[in-house]
Amino acid sequence: MRSIVVMMLAAVVPWLAATAPGLAASSDGQAFEQIQKGQYLATAADCFSCHAQREGGKPFAGGRPIETPFGNITAPNITPDNETGIGAWTDDQFVRAVREGVGRDDSRLYPAMPYTNYTKMSRDDVLAILAYLKTIQPVHNAMRSNTLPFPFNIRAAMRVWDSLYFTPGDFKPDPKQSTVWNRGAFLVEGPGHCAACHTPKNFLGGDKTDARLGGGKLQGWFAPDITGDTREGLGSWSEAEIATYLKTGHNGATAATGPMAEEVLNSTSKLNDADRMAMATYLKSLPSHSDQAAPTPAGRQVMAAGQAIYHDECSACHGLEGKGTAQLFPALAHSSIAQASDPTTAIRLVLRGARSVATKDEPTAPGMPSFGWQLNDAQVAAVLTYVGNTWNNAAVPVTAGQVKQARKSLSTRNE
Amino acid sequence: MALRRREFLAGSALLLLSGSSSRSALLSDQLPWYPDAGSPPVPARPGPWLYFTADEARAVEALADRIIPADPQTPGGKDSDCAVFVDRQLAGHYGRDEGHYLRPPFMSGTKQQGPQSAKGPAQDYRDGLAALEKYCQAKYSGKRFPDLTADDQDTVLKGLESGEAKLDPTDGESFFKQVLKDIQAGFFADPLYGGNRDMVAWKMIGYPGARYNYLDWIERHNERYPLPPVGITGSPAWSQKT
Amino acid sequence: MSRKLPKKDVVIIGLGWTGSIIANELTDEGLDVIAIERGPWRDTPTDFPVNYMQDELRYHIRHELFLRPDQTTFTFRNKMTQTALPIRTWGAFMPPNGVGGGGVHWNAETWRFLPSDFVLRTHLTERYGAAFLPDDMTIQDWGVTYADLEPHYDQFEYLCGTSGTTGNLNGQIQAGGNPFEGPRSRPYPNPPQKQGFGHTLYGKAAQELGYKPFPQPSGNMSQAYTNPLGLRMGQCTYCGFCEWFGCGNYSKASPQTTILPVLIRKSNFSVRDNAEVTRINLDRSGKRATGVTFVDTSGEEWEQPADLVILSAFSVFNVQLLLLSKIGQPYDPVANTGVVGRNFTHQTMSTVDGFFDKSKFNFNPFIASGAIGMVIDEFNGDNFDHGSLGFVGGGYLAYGQTNGRPITTTPVPPDTPKWGAKWKQAVRDNYLSTVSGADVHGSMYSYRDVYLDLDSTYKDRFGRPLMRMTIDFHDNELKAAAYLTDKLDQIIKAMGASQTHKKPRKGPYDITTYQTTHLNGGAIMGADPKTSAINRYLQSWDVPNLFVMGASAFPQNAGYNPTGTVAALAFWSAAAIRGQYLKNPGPLVDA
Repeated sequence: MRSIVVMMLAAVVPWLAATAPGLAASSDGQAFEQIQKGQYLATAADCFSCHAQREGGKPFAGGRPIETPFGNITAPNITPDNETGIGAWTDDQFVRAVREGVGRDDSRLYPAMPYTNYTKMSRDDVLAILAYLKTIQPVHNAMRSNTLPFPFNIRAAMRVWDSLYFTPGDFKPDPKQSTVWNRGAFLVEGPGHCAACHTPKNFLGGDKTDARLGGGKLQGWFAPDITGDTREGLGSWSEAEIATYLKTGHNGATAATGPMAEEVLNSTSKLNDADRMAMATYLKSLPSHSDQAAPTPAGRQVMAAGQAIYHDECSACHGLEGKGTAQLFPALAHSSIAQASDPTTAIRLVLRGARSVATKDEPTAPGMPSFGWQLNDAQVAAVLTYVGNTWNNAAVPVTAGQVKQARKSLSTRNE
Repeated sequence: MALRRREFLAGSALLLLSGSSSRSALLSDQLPWYPDAGSPPVPARPGPWLYFTADEARAVEALADRIIPADPQTPGGKDSDCAVFVDRQLAGHYGRDEGHYLRPPFMSGTKQQGPQSAKGPAQDYRDGLAALEKYCQAKYSGKRFPDLTADDQDTVLKGLESGEAKLDPTDGESFFKQVLKDIQAGFFADPLYGGNRDMVAWKMIGYPGARYNYLDWIERHNERYPLPPVGITGSPAWSQKT
Repeated sequence: MSRKLPKKDVVIIGLGWTGSIIANELTDEGLDVIAIERGPWRDTPTDFPVNYMQDELRYHIRHELFLRPDQTTFTFRNKMTQTALPIRTWGAFMPPNGVGGGGVHWNAETWRFLPSDFVLRTHLTERYGAAFLPDDMTIQDWGVTYADLEPHYDQFEYLCGTSGTTGNLNGQIQAGGNPFEGPRSRPYPNPPQKQGFGHTLYGKAAQELGYKPFPQPSGNMSQAYTNPLGLRMGQCTYCGFCEWFGCGNYSKASPQTTILPVLIRKSNFSVRDNAEVTRINLDRSGKRATGVTFVDTSGEEWEQPADLVILSAFSVFNVQLLLLSKIGQPYDPVANTGVVGRNFTHQTMSTVDGFFDKSKFNFNPFIASGAIGMVIDEFNGDNFDHGSLGFVGGGYLAYGQTNGRPITTTPVPPDTPKWGAKWKQAVRDNYLSTVSGADVHGSMYSYRDVYLDLDSTYKDRFGRPLMRMTIDFHDNELKAAAYLTDKLDQIIKAMGASQTHKKPRKGPYDITTYQTTHLNGGAIMGADPKTSAINRYLQSWDVPNLFVMGASAFPQNAGYNPTGTVAALAFWSAAAIRGQYLKNPGPLVDA
């Protein structure tokens, strides 16, 4: 068994090395390759998005509060500043922090730092990231302490948490699957830490393992199911469409907004095409968790009101048949957001509007206006119920109460 | 609006001019965005007159009913709330002539040079309605405009329109022109501004309202568009029938 | 007094169509570019969303998207003997404001001028003799030719995704297009838009009368389109809220939909909004611009130094900034000297309404786009023999009804009272069955006594003199309007109208009724610095590191909408800056 693993790794490693094509090796070829690999993995791991202030912050200098259900956690400075960053850290200290969630002072990190995923990166991978981070400009930026309420402010409590929800250890390739699939699995489950958003959490913030990547709620959004489920997940997209989405933030069906816009911008758009295809291959292969009975059909009255609103307010962009316009206006027919078991994202988009991501390949960044001033709770519920149950879509009807609740919780958010 | 805009700018990549309290902003890097973006219209609220006195309002309602008389199919100017529309407009920036060039000197010129008044519509109405009342009382033994018969009212308006009936000191001809323009605008404007109650004017002519998509009908030549009108704030079809 | 900002390679005054085009071209060249815009930043989902943009009162009647006269306006008079008075509220034209400029609220009619339009004086003199032109008509050749501009018309049309039917492909006349147009190097990037019932009837009637009708070239998308910058546009949904409004669903070409999302991402570009440039600064020699001075919304003054200054405000404001900055010799119509302010023109619009039997015709006038419609070009420019007619110039004849918005588009037969029961009944009876605003898009040629200068009485909020417009229609234009309106009336009658209402443009020029926003001239281009303010590359004759974009360059106006030509000139100028000026900064044409 062990030898198979080694063989698999042998198949994967050259691929990693091939991630910086066209760059000549420097005189210190070893360090150069390691730094290149580290830079690429840091991108795949999207270190930047959390470890930099959103506006005007220096890269990796920390300071960004990460919102968790239990309070905000401030991402630390990971520039090589000796005093306030990781400049004085040893290799072991860094590897332990990234792969095991144990700080330099032996304290336990909060899993807002996705070490539960990063543990799948090998020691060499993590040292490559360190090698890269050591090449960036050191920034002197002392961090404030965290602000979680009791008992989560006791870091020792995290020891217990880890014992329940954290399985340390390298990524183990599945020998029954292709190299491509395994590469995708590594990226998705390891550095990509897709589960951090897309896997539902239990009341302690641990992954619900029976619903892996089946959609999770965070920061006032619902990160949709990204398994191969054909209704709520990615099942109706081809691998190429998934890869295009990861590259550009847009495809024939949808557009990235909210936290995913940032993820595309800082991470997946900067990966190489082969890696995006690998992620697509893996995601599409994931079995659906959806075992719900067909959603209850919505009432005729609600559907009639929803249809009128859709025709008058939505069809100018999303089309009379819900087909949208490829790469510009998301299609609502077959949309996973429209059919999601949790309508948080759909409600938010209608209430507040959204700006989709701009990338080099898709710079348009079309935006959706806010309808929150215009439609009342029942009308938002009606139009979403209509959209969720037309053009062969099927979804649980959205209620006015859900919209009311969303309005209330969104009122304190200004992002 | 100013506050909201500041918030919005603060959310995007930009720099305000240092040491200035200016709204002027330097934008770069990405298209600015903030949630709940935009400056949606503020619907006129039902309730008491905001600008008109009770007498003025009665006169404007009477004017509205002669300009747009009721008929069996469609209500008149009064019942379609044209006076409410004008009242709300005069109480707002239109009444105050906001945004117009109001620097002196004020000189009268040719018709082609356009209006040169310093007053603004709100004051024009106040003066014009007072002058109209004076005119009617003098000509119709103390009666006010709303108390005249419809025929007499029409006679007064025709006189104003042609310039034969002189108001003092207002220019009756241009006052009537202004009233005509505003009442008709109130009849046809989106109902959110207080007139065109229940979209009666749009139903009268077959205008389907604030829609944004006729792709299904552009090539249905010579066929009546099937859907009823919708306003910016919606239509009865948007709510479940109870 | 003013505080100095760090120097840039290029400062652009005004971020409308031409400012955006130039900014994109010069940032591609690697230059560090800043644009300074008087109005606010504007974008589709934030400023013209689909859910409240369709508001006729707010955007059309109350002018929400336009410059406030309070901020600055012009004074106006018909004759040099009159006292000019300020335009206190807009009427005859609508100066834009804000990022995107007129490109936000245009109809997107995207025309090329005729080859003969660019060599007008030479062409007319050769065909009819010099004596045929009125003595005081000051038309002249442009200094560029259609052939010079063709690649740049093409660039703009592909940027915009212009929808149309090609009439002349490399000299080969194509069926269904405009046989009079200059040769195109490529077909239109998109097929023509769909047409409504009335537009189709107009096309048929025109054809039966022996004309060659074609669909109006449109910057409203006939289908989804991706432009050469990679920007995506949607299909026009014929909502009927185009001119006066911004487009809510990314289906009208504008700087917002075709350039700005790419431009804003460039690290060598930034835009400062809500900041009004008050003058272009010159060095001691007076022959070199050192940058601009602008005022922010708090009234504080700032200096933005730059090596290259691009003046790309609305035409009349270009002229004003030249005069206030003392660049170029002001035009004096009495002595007939000077250039800045010379050859100011507008447009000569005439219309015909057609009233049809309501039991047989339903036009659904509200289903429309800004540049929908069918057109004939037989009576434009010098496409017809003027020898026996006693005038020069012309215009296209179109039925391109853009809307059925009811405050302004409820036409009634001419004998109807303006109010009362009969008016109400006439509105009800005619709304759906009237062809309204079929138009003659007439040229306006230039005259010695039609010009711009600084007003001596009225000032703006900074105490700067307002621009004074002295403008009236001359007999040549009024004769053309009468002749062309009769031709249009014949077509409307042939459509089956039971009654028509002809409205040929009549004098005097009136500031209160809308024509178009096509104000041209005042800083015109040409081959001779004695009769033009800028050379054939739009470069100031006097200050070679200043280029002046826009319709202020037109020596006279043609019978078309100007945007296509304005944009082609901007691309042409940008090519000259990139290809010639930057290699050797200095005059591109010897004076």
